[in-house]
Amino acid sequence: MPGKLKAKIVAGRHLPVMDRASDLTDAFVEVKFGNTTFKTDVFPKSLNPQWNSEWFKFEVDDEDLQDEPLQITVLDHDTYSANDAIGKVYIDIDPLLCTEAASVISGWFPIYDTIHGIRGEINVLVKVELFNDLNRFRQSSCGVKFFCTTSIPRGYRAAMVHGFLEELVVNEDPEYQWIDRIRTPRASNEARQRLISLMSGELQRKIGLKVLEMGGNAVVGYLQCFDLEGESGLVVRAIGTACTLEKLTSGSLASAHTHPNTAPASNACNSPSKDGKESPLAHGCRSTHNSPVHSACSSQRLSQNFSVSVPTLIFTGMGSGGSAGKEAGPLKTLLRQQTQTALEQRGASSSGLLLNAREFPFFTLTSFPPGFLVHVGGVVSARSVKLLDRIHNPDEPETRDAWWEEIRQEIKSHAKALGCHAVVGYSENTSICEEVCILSASGTAAILNHRYMREGCLDIGSTDQRFEDPSPPSCGFCHIPYDELNMPFPAQLTYCYNCRRQKVPDVLFTTIDLPAEAAVTGKGCLIQARLCRLKKKAQGEVNATVISNLLPFMEYELHTQLMNKLKLRSMNALFGLHIQISVGENMLLGLASATGVYLTALPAPGGIQIAGKTTGDMSNEQHILTIQKRINDTIARNKELYQINPPKLFALDPEVFCGTNMELTEEGVGSPIPEPRHRSRLFRSHSESSDEVSELDLSHGKKDAFVLEIDDTDAVEDIHSLLTDASPPAGFHSCNTETMPGIYNWTTAVQMFTSVRVLRLSNANLSNQSLNKIFTDLCENLLKSFYFKLRSMVPCCLCHLNFNVAVPEEELIQVSVTAVAMTFDKDQTQERPAERFITKGGSETDEQLQFSLELCADSSSTNSQPSSRISGTVSLFTPAAKLCQSQLVVVHSTGVPENTIVSSRAASVDYGSFADRCSTWLELLRLKAHTIRRGSVKTSRRTQSLAHSVSSLEHCSPLTEGRSRSVRSSRSFGGSPVTMVKMTPLSFLPGTRNIKYLGIINMFFIRETTSLREEGGVSGFLHSFIAEVFAMVRAHVAALGGNAVVSYSMKDCVLMENPNKNQAQCLINVSGDAVIYVRETDQEPTASMTNMGQSLCAADGAT
Amino acid sequence: MAVELDVFVGNTTIMDEEVYQLWLDGYTVNDAVKARMDAGVLEECEADADVLLSDTMDQYRTFQMCERLLQSPAKLANQLLFQITPHRQVMLIERYYAFDDTFVREVLGKKLSKGTKKDLDDISAKTGVTLKSCRRQFDNFKRVFKVVEELKGPLVENIRQHFLLSDKLARDYAAIVFFANNRFETGKKKLQYLTFQDFALCAGQLINNWTVGAVDNMVEDMDVDLDKEFLQELKELKILIADKDLLDQHKSLVCTALRGKTKAFAEMEANFKNLSRGLVNIATKLTNTKDVRDFFIDLVEKFIEPCRSDRWTAADIKLYLTHYTNSAHILDPFKHQAVWDRYMGVIKSCIFIMYHD
Repeated sequence: MPGKLKAKIVAGRHLPVMDRASDLTDAFVEVKFGNTTFKTDVFPKSLNPQWNSEWFKFEVDDEDLQDEPLQITVLDHDTYSANDAIGKVYIDIDPLLCTEAASVISGWFPIYDTIHGIRGEINVLVKVELFNDLNRFRQSSCGVKFFCTTSIPRGYRAAMVHGFLEELVVNEDPEYQWIDRIRTPRASNEARQRLISLMSGELQRKIGLKVLEMGGNAVVGYLQCFDLEGESGLVVRAIGTACTLEKLTSGSLASAHTHPNTAPASNACNSPSKDGKESPLAHGCRSTHNSPVHSACSSQRLSQNFSVSVPTLIFTGMGSGGSAGKEAGPLKTLLRQQTQTALEQRGASSSGLLLNAREFPFFTLTSFPPGFLVHVGGVVSARSVKLLDRIHNPDEPETRDAWWEEIRQEIKSHAKALGCHAVVGYSENTSICEEVCILSASGTAAILNHRYMREGCLDIGSTDQRFEDPSPPSCGFCHIPYDELNMPFPAQLTYCYNCRRQKVPDVLFTTIDLPAEAAVTGKGCLIQARLCRLKKKAQGEVNATVISNLLPFMEYELHTQLMNKLKLRSMNALFGLHIQISVGENMLLGLASATGVYLTALPAPGGIQIAGKTTGDMSNEQHILTIQKRINDTIARNKELYQINPPKLFALDPEVFCGTNMELTEEGVGSPIPEPRHRSRLFRSHSESSDEVSELDLSHGKKDAFVLEIDDTDAVEDIHSLLTDASPPAGFHSCNTETMPGIYNWTTAVQMFTSVRVLRLSNANLSNQSLNKIFTDLCENLLKSFYFKLRSMVPCCLCHLNFNVAVPEEELIQVSVTAVAMTFDKDQTQERPAERFITKGGSETDEQLQFSLELCADSSSTNSQPSSRISGTVSLFTPAAKLCQSQLVVVHSTGVPENTIVSSRAASVDYGSFADRCSTWLELLRLKAHTIRRGSVKTSRRTQSLAHSVSSLEHCSPLTEGRSRSVRSSRSFGGSPVTMVKMTPLSFLPGTRNIKYLGIINMFFIRETTSLREEGGVSGFLHSFIAEVFAMVRAHVAALGGNAVVSYSMKDCVLMENPNKNQAQCLINVSGDAVIYVRETDQEPTASMTNMGQSLCAADGAT
Repeated sequence: MAVELDVFVGNTTIMDEEVYQLWLDGYTVNDAVKARMDAGVLEECEADADVLLSDTMDQYRTFQMCERLLQSPAKLANQLLFQITPHRQVMLIERYYAFDDTFVREVLGKKLSKGTKKDLDDISAKTGVTLKSCRRQFDNFKRVFKVVEELKGPLVENIRQHFLLSDKLARDYAAIVFFANNRFETGKKKLQYLTFQDFALCAGQLINNWTVGAVDNMVEDMDVDLDKEFLQELKELKILIADKDLLDQHKSLVCTALRGKTKAFAEMEANFKNLSRGLVNIATKLTNTKDVRDFFIDLVEKFIEPCRSDRWTAADIKLYLTHYTNSAHILDPFKHQAVWDRYMGVIKSCIFIMYHD
């Protein structure tokens, strides 16, 4: 009996009229948890009842506390007939089970009914008393923190990242049980809502157990999904990344003390840490060659009994050079053995949890602490088509587990092929139509710094040199991780344009966010590839085979489109790539969204050249010329629009002139597209000029050109569709990542929105082409609509544009979008990248500081290391140093550009001096640390009290502030206040700090109507439902004491309609992290200063 | 190929004030789109008609969903469905309760019943205000009427608190409620020259001086019903015209005071008895509800029209009425000074308001 749950029903308001005769309601409330139910008294004849009930106490296992929601039902008392239900409130108790999160749930909740929507509000108080339970065999995982945020939550530092977590639970869908034929729609909906709530509670508990077993205390990047498999059941699955998080500020004292003692100790006796030394080799990372690649892989395998029928394909997008139109070989069959071995491996090692985590070195994170991400290989993805069959035994969800395991193995082997040992930005999703299910997984192959991995966070000294080369953070991640001589796919490699020391690919695709420290030229923009493919209607295995056969072509085409659009915008990298393929009865929809940027480290992209099939035909040639001109114009315009002016670093270098001359002669010779070999030679011998002048003069088509051959009408259509994408209107930017590269001065105004559009295709006999057009227009029009609606926010950026496509019925296409519009200050947008880097560093929270401090501690302890080694760490160190010492900032700001220039010219010489400077910084810091340690008692006491005051502030001030603010805002109205709750799909709100994470919000709602016309048609129905979902999310957050939801996402929006019957049903699943935020104040630097001093103390003490 | 569904929902509810006005004015979606295009909204940002249509539909839907809340504005502040900033809420409410003077002029003093509602299409045709807008305005009047009917305390204050309206708007609503309750006749041809604001000012005078609330401020309907006791007492004023001596005495007092001060003196002297009879008769008949309804028409017929035909200026009126009122105090046998002041104070103000040169 390890927990006591207490609930009190205070009052209701705005209740609906339940008694037509009196126009009033006799309301009472049932409070249910598990199998225990309490009732309040009836409050007669009122629409604003004041129950003020006693505390209802439930004595329950903490296992139940995690699984079950508190269920509150408001009813209308009726003496003569059955009591009428007004509506329900489900309250997730989970946030109360974590000591750091909320301590009480108190507030007004909308009373929700699946048929009528929100019907008034109820004020509830909920508390939990937990007793310590030391039972080793416990089934609960209370206290494990969950975050939807796909980065280390602000205000925390990751002491350790343990690895991948996955779990799924299955059940029968109540909607498809026999009993559904005789019960009311309301009962059926409620059964479903309750079941899903239970299942996600159970899932979360199980994931939590895994975290505890791994020794972690939190799940970051928690992603939970539902698969409504219809007849065959209901699957709730989740993935996430297990971490050991430490709270900054208040926790800094503790961490400072544990570092010298426990951490090194565990380090010493931790055998896996030695493992880490070998693992890069074991994982196939050969030496230090790296290059970015896109590799989208698709594999199809039918249900477990059905044999593997389709070859696994890997296609690489590197066709940018060469005359590779369509026919050349980007399609390449991956060695079968690779998958095979992967499968064998799995069989051998799938036992045991830790093994599992190691087996899949996957991370659902999309942004990382500096230094975590070493190299990025490219996108890896796998798809598989399955036939659904009834889940016979819900307790043994083996089939579904096996399916996912297969996919993950595939991903892992693809990552390996790219020379990477880990996959970051990993996600999984499904698309179901009837009995066919496409499982997809994708991520970015990467090499991570072992220091932060499971083996131990302080394992810096033992990490091998080879592996951790001292590449500057602004370009290091672009360097290829795979072997140059043994490339997994054809790609053009050049020396990094930033450091000139390592190879980079010409294009880089990733699923992660743009690293904060990356050097970017100009601004980014949203790039989408859209595709429709018709397919014949079919059943069962035939259908699955048809889909399997179509998938690789779709992926290939999406990829080609992305590549073309990227080039058209004169950019060379994609971040946050998300490819969704949705299956319908008679078509497949593919939508790829990503944010394009120009990475300074990568070569300038060539233009696009149009080539005609037949020569001599004058009219045709004329046509081609005009198209070519249009494309060139577009590229030029885009360059201006996105401010892509690569720095003229080598303007004074005589070699540049030489290089330019070379180019000119090349042109004179008339070879429009240099042979890849030739070109790479050119690059090696001369610093390539990314000079914009030469770029423009030489016309885009000539150098590095990407050739599009017009050989049939398809190609013409492709080119047209390429050019129809409208760029956002003046003042607007768009991206699907966390923030927009090139914009750093956000103001605090945010507007989160959800938009859904459904298109009915009236003509049954559409061609692929016209379908594509329709689909593209649909997406473009949606964007246009957003720009129009949000025009008052200009200048503004639509961030985290998350598109979701579905084919709910034959001839219907549904696109739902969730995004946030954020305003920024116009005046400062022209900031230089170097300055930008600093601002960014400054605005980042102290997580960086913590990491760098470890570095500092370590490098000072291993003082005898070669200077080059130190220099590597220093570049990591600097952004944090800025936080505490302005003196260092100055050095830093001059240091970065100098570094780039210097290293590119004469690496060896200046490098030494750079290292020298670094060591002086270190000396300085060490000195400072000494003074702090040895300094007067007064100082340390003051720092301590500061730390205390910070933590106490955190405990009380946010709540009071939130309350008082709301009181103020409502004063003019008299009535009880409604806290403004901000929502954003990003992990932060600009200009604010998240000072407390209150727990995860994970809600599932069903809404149904039998009076569709009266509710304003489907649009009216969905409009009010989405508004209601927002309202319920806000109410829950406010009741937890929060004032914002970050990392908000709408994962499912399933709409079924039958206008003829005047009916519709919709299911929505949303999630996010409830937080308390405060406006950014100057309290922050003080706090970090305190941390700094103490950590330094500790670090020095350790040496 | 048709758009089956198209919604856009913001966490903070997005509302365009222009579209809100069009919606309030009863434009259909298509008319609103046309109006917005004419207003040049497309030029200021790159958009096409489809975008405009989609946006207008969304906003209309939002307004329709909000309408329920706007009908009891107190709910708007503490409802959870729409997140609207407080200053936006104020704007929404104020505009929702705003009305067209031309429309209100038509229904002023009419019973706010279903019957009147049926005539709204005629009013709509006459005033050029769309039927939808007429309905909203009429329903607003009716709603406010119903709510304050059952409340104690000062009328204006009640309206302001219950409907969160500005002081000005609350006063206008108080006038509308007051007129509807007493069913004052305002539609006669002779009264057509008067604007709503004229009547609203008169209503303010009546509410402040002639209702129960003028004496006791904690009674139900205190500001809506006229003070019955006072109306009874008005009968006593009859003596001013019934008693021949008194009438003559009053006349001579007034004439003495006025002599030489105005060009219209001759007319004043000639008409004194008529005018005095008119005003006192109005007073004495006010116990009949029927005659209360005719209060304004009587004022016009018995006083304003004769004066106007004699070309009195507003200053003449003022001068005359001031002396007329004050002279009664000097009349020895006349004992009803308090009632007389209470009556004449309002009459004077009303006539000033209603007398347009």
